[in-house]
Amino acid sequence: MTQPTYPARRPARERRRDVSIWSRLRPPFVTVLAAVLIGVPLWLVVATAGKSQGEALTPNLAWPTDWQLGQNLADVWTQGDIPAAFLGSLLVMVPAVAGVLTLGSMAAWVLARRATRLNAMLYALAISGIVLPPAVVTIVLLLRQLGLAGSSLGMIGVYMGIYLSTVIFFVTGFIRTVPMSLEEAARVDGARPAVVFVRIILPVLRPVLATATILICLYVWNDVFYSFFVVGGRLDTLPLNLFQVASAGLYLDNWHLIFAYIILMSLPLLIVLAVAQRKIISGITSGAVK
Amino acid sequence: MSTVLDHTTGVPAATPPQDSTRATPARARRSSAISRHTHPMWFLVPAFAILFVFFFLPTVFNFVYAFTDWSGFKSQINPVGWDNFTDLAGSGTLFRSLRITIAYAVLVAVFQNLFGFALAVLLERDTRLNHVVRVLFLIPVLMSALAVGYIFQALLKPEGALNGLLSAITGTDVHTAWLGNTNWTIVVVAAIHAWKWMGLSMLIYLAGFKTIPVDLVEAAQIDGASPWRAFWRIRFPLLAPAVTFNVATALLGSMNGFDIVQATTAGGPARTTEILNIFIYRTFGQGLFAQATTMSLILFLLVALLAFPVIRFLRKREEIL
Repeated sequence: MTQPTYPARRPARERRRDVSIWSRLRPPFVTVLAAVLIGVPLWLVVATAGKSQGEALTPNLAWPTDWQLGQNLADVWTQGDIPAAFLGSLLVMVPAVAGVLTLGSMAAWVLARRATRLNAMLYALAISGIVLPPAVVTIVLLLRQLGLAGSSLGMIGVYMGIYLSTVIFFVTGFIRTVPMSLEEAARVDGARPAVVFVRIILPVLRPVLATATILICLYVWNDVFYSFFVVGGRLDTLPLNLFQVASAGLYLDNWHLIFAYIILMSLPLLIVLAVAQRKIISGITSGAVK
Repeated sequence: MSTVLDHTTGVPAATPPQDSTRATPARARRSSAISRHTHPMWFLVPAFAILFVFFFLPTVFNFVYAFTDWSGFKSQINPVGWDNFTDLAGSGTLFRSLRITIAYAVLVAVFQNLFGFALAVLLERDTRLNHVVRVLFLIPVLMSALAVGYIFQALLKPEGALNGLLSAITGTDVHTAWLGNTNWTIVVVAAIHAWKWMGLSMLIYLAGFKTIPVDLVEAAQIDGASPWRAFWRIRFPLLAPAVTFNVATALLGSMNGFDIVQATTAGGPARTTEILNIFIYRTFGQGLFAQATTMSLILFLLVALLAFPVIRFLRKREEIL
């Protein structure tokens, strides 16, 4: 964006010619690179998902002799319990994300505004979960003792425990940049803390909550590790069912079904990406580099 | 900063305007008395209750059940002291898993940052093509890691698509077992992990480039610096925050990895890619809960040990913010 505006002082004609060659070569190079790095793997998915079982036995990049993508998608729709898995994924993701956003922002507000030593300690404790790995094995034991083993409620709780730290970290940082006077104006009118939080703070938090929503939805929607321990075999989610379809001996080498499943499972995310790419990009990066 | 506050909370109106960043002890006490009303501590309770039950308590359990014989084969759980640790260390599993996990994490951090950085440099200019290609490189980031693993398992089979392509290009039959080599497969799997996340690193590097003032580079150019020199001497050092963030997240994130390794090699060949979480998954499936817990505790300690500098960095970034 800035490159051509300032000529080098030393008129290095050679170098400038190099630069112009490179800038002319760059677009085709970028295109080829994207085609190889992204196009080839994605084409493998689509081509294999369009083949018959016999033809898909050794997945390759060849054009399917007989397209049966629709048939394979329909097969995997029923055999992979896609509707149940889709609902299961939603059933866990929506409450977990809503929960971490609400509880996380409540805690973050007080942690950001009351700078006591106790709060500094609590804050450090709360954000430790960003890097520390959750105890996946003993969580199973604990849920059993709580009577939540294998339930969606237990899964929601586990996800909330894992991702609250992310929300608290993002939101606390954000609230510290919000001027106090915003709240004070409301307080002059006699508004109680809960009212100030809901009417004043939550609306201000929209950008940072959008970032957190994108990230946490991504993690929860694609998670298979934690859900295997907590609800494996008891509740259908999209990644868990893919895992079962792919690991089950019955489906071994059924690459056409595995890739048809991957298409169906990734489609919602791809649609969201196509529609909201600008928001996603700014959301992901705003958290990282300031 | 907080001038109106005093009148609203019943505290004597004589309270001077407060500056929370430079509060004297008396002022701090007064401001904390005020904030008790304006920012009540009960707002913390629900979040910390969830964190306590679903995060801290299981972690504490880790420290307890790693010293028991908890298993799927009997109902009683008895303390056994350090037996699980000595067994794991004695069989060599402990140190092998640790070594593999650390090697995997370092390889992922290196690859992911090299790929992401190269993409960011390549796609930095805001052309329409670059916008489209950036979005394309985000597709793997959004996809499930499990799906990515299966795609590459199919791609890298000995008779798979990559060898087919290489055969066509070189004109000889290529039958490399990319995922079947006891020395190099971990490098391949780490590269796959990096492939999935390189779009994210790219975005963060691109955002880092955007924060660098244009006039700095211009000044360097006017002083006669070549584009190459201006890039490595001016822009690259200013990218430091993005580098730190990317390296830290890639390193610590891949230590907790599972999906991609499970979907490509499931720990093989000959357990040479068995990172800690694969071991935990496998032993848990066999009903050896105490062993799985012990490894889970070791993973926790490993990350906690390495995370200290990272958390310090995150806190510092927070202060700048």
